[in-house]
Amino acid sequence: MSVEYIYPEFEVIRNENRCICCRVCERQCANEVHRCDADNNLMLSDESKCVNCQRCVSLCPTHALKIIKSDCALRENANWQNDTIKEIYKQASSGGVLLSSMGNPKSFPVYWDKILINASQVTNPPIDPLREPMETKVFLGKKPDKIERDDNGNLKCELPPQLELSMPVMFSAMSYGSISYNAHASLARASKELGILYNTGEGGLHEDFYCYGENTIVQVASGRFGVHKDYLEAGAAVEIKMGQGAKPGIGGHLPGAKIVGDVSRTRMIPEGSDAISPAPHHDIYSIEDLRQLVFSLKEATEYKKPVIVKVAAVHNIAAIASGIARSGADIIAIDGFRGGTGAAPTRIRDNVGIPIELALASVDQRLRDEGIRNNVSLVVGGSIRSASDVIKAVALGADACYIATAALLALGCHLCRTCQSGKCNWGIATQNPDLVKRLNPDIGSQRLINLMTAWNHEIKELMGGMGINSIEALRGNRLMLRGVGLTGKELEILGISHAGE
Amino acid sequence: MNIDAKNIDYKNLNSALREADNNLKIVNCLGQRFIAAGVSDKKIKIEGIPGNALGAYLNGAVIEVMGNAQDAVGDTMNNGEIIIHGNVGDAVGYAMRGGKIFVQGNAGYRAGIHMKAYREKQPVIVIGGKCGSFLGEYQAGGTIIVLGLTDDDKNIVGNFPCTGMHGGKMYLRGSCDNIRFPKGVNVQKATDEDMKEILSYIKYFSQSFDYDVNKILDSDFMLVTPDSKNPYKQMYVAN
Repeated sequence: MSVEYIYPEFEVIRNENRCICCRVCERQCANEVHRCDADNNLMLSDESKCVNCQRCVSLCPTHALKIIKSDCALRENANWQNDTIKEIYKQASSGGVLLSSMGNPKSFPVYWDKILINASQVTNPPIDPLREPMETKVFLGKKPDKIERDDNGNLKCELPPQLELSMPVMFSAMSYGSISYNAHASLARASKELGILYNTGEGGLHEDFYCYGENTIVQVASGRFGVHKDYLEAGAAVEIKMGQGAKPGIGGHLPGAKIVGDVSRTRMIPEGSDAISPAPHHDIYSIEDLRQLVFSLKEATEYKKPVIVKVAAVHNIAAIASGIARSGADIIAIDGFRGGTGAAPTRIRDNVGIPIELALASVDQRLRDEGIRNNVSLVVGGSIRSASDVIKAVALGADACYIATAALLALGCHLCRTCQSGKCNWGIATQNPDLVKRLNPDIGSQRLINLMTAWNHEIKELMGGMGINSIEALRGNRLMLRGVGLTGKELEILGISHAGE
Repeated sequence: MNIDAKNIDYKNLNSALREADNNLKIVNCLGQRFIAAGVSDKKIKIEGIPGNALGAYLNGAVIEVMGNAQDAVGDTMNNGEIIIHGNVGDAVGYAMRGGKIFVQGNAGYRAGIHMKAYREKQPVIVIGGKCGSFLGEYQAGGTIIVLGLTDDDKNIVGNFPCTGMHGGKMYLRGSCDNIRFPKGVNVQKATDEDMKEILSYIKYFSQSFDYDVNKILDSDFMLVTPDSKNPYKQMYVAN
């Protein structure tokens, strides 16, 4: 019916003078946008299938292609914007819940961009990280409140289990199933090389990656996919996933079409069966219940591994974090509302949760006020985009950051936001073997190592500029931050002064 | 060997258990949680009442409780066997992915929630009495058998059984006329062929708790299976 027709969002512009009909674009596009009219030696395109992933643009040997946003638009209306109207058309024709991928793309404030970092001038010399030692190593886990000695006066050195990171960044949870084998291989290898950790997500751990266990966080979510004794023992830490920033309050759902081969075996569900993670853990309705899961995992791993509890940043996050800190968890991971996802209902992704900057500041302050900040380490994610975001997060009180979208970008993601289709042309969010092999883990892991190495240099330079030579001395050091263009309330929550103060 | 659980907490009880012989008995058990979490190769008899999450992540051990057990028995169990000479609390066999659980009496809410299966790993729960609400919620695989062998007029299962069920099988003894099942599951009389699949479990149940297997089998059984392993396929539209 013509009323359902939605003009394609993108246009494929092919420079006929440059196109040599080599058909690379046709072979590279899993969405089948390009085809060859061999009789006329001409390449044609079906723009309605284009998701603007830029694969064809990147691989065209003569740079004959570009993808642009279509200018065929409905009449301008500040209230009823084009996307809003098209979403209504889609739902009116399908009756379906709108499903999107990757993080919230809406124009909510990005507080990182309204926070500026201090530097030393005259009274406190900056440090040059190229000539002087700088420490970016962090340890995550419960810290003792005080020094204790035994009867002979010797120090008691037993610490609860700690994770050692060479820099305050880890790769956050992305399940095998939502991303490919080669993407997991790249993350695992890079983590080992870098001395940091990656996170299996909730889809279990492929047996090939058990060897990276020291650099692996194994996740336990409400669906308990792939969770068994060997899995728990394989990792350096166990993460209980209570929520995800992109979709707080709802569970996960990996469609049966992606439950194939090794994914099926790793999750331990039959091929083709949906993998459904319920919204709640049905054994957790309170902090006391959470404590029970924390300690059942500690018992199963004989108290050798820290337990992380991951929650989405939501309205009462400070009170929730206070409860988690008392539940026996060693580390709290908080995921802001801009965090990515392989698939989430659009309305949830775009409207639920709060910015990680505000959540972090209020949680750190609350735990300090209650005298329990040392009970836990804080890890934050949900759109950490650069080394300066990391520095700002640490100064607001984080022990470390989780990154995932940035890591996927390093692997080739072009943020076309159609992960849910399973046709990722970059070999990341797909289980199609022909697409998966496009991501070479040798190259992928090297690109992740490059990115993290570069960030670590930048972190050191920013620290050096402030006259700080240890990341530990930056944590919670909000005097190093100033806000610009923020209201008094925003500054109060962030616990920082305005620029110029 | 015996472990006297009197006045020791779960942490010390579990470390004593890990160091004990492969054949052991826990006496005076009084609500200690997480007993035998993740244990692979022991045969454990428990006298008294174990606390929540008995045999969580159990990996091959055999546990026999000479009394009732509490919530989350066999949570995320991978392999082994748990036999309960009494009732169990809520969420027995949560996300169980292998092994067998036999309960002589009743089970609370959400028994067998999110049970899974993969090829040869086919978990089984047999409940001799009746079950609370949400039996087999999100069931993705494995077999749940409820026999309803108690003398009361309660339904064999509570409200909302099989909600979100998308795999596995559920057998309920007797007619299910009073039970309201959700859309998306099929309920039909189990055929001889279907009964053959569970005969060994019912025999084992009868032996363990000293019942007459023929009396148990002298009744119709209803078999519940999901319509689809992709219950939400039609729910979404790409945006």
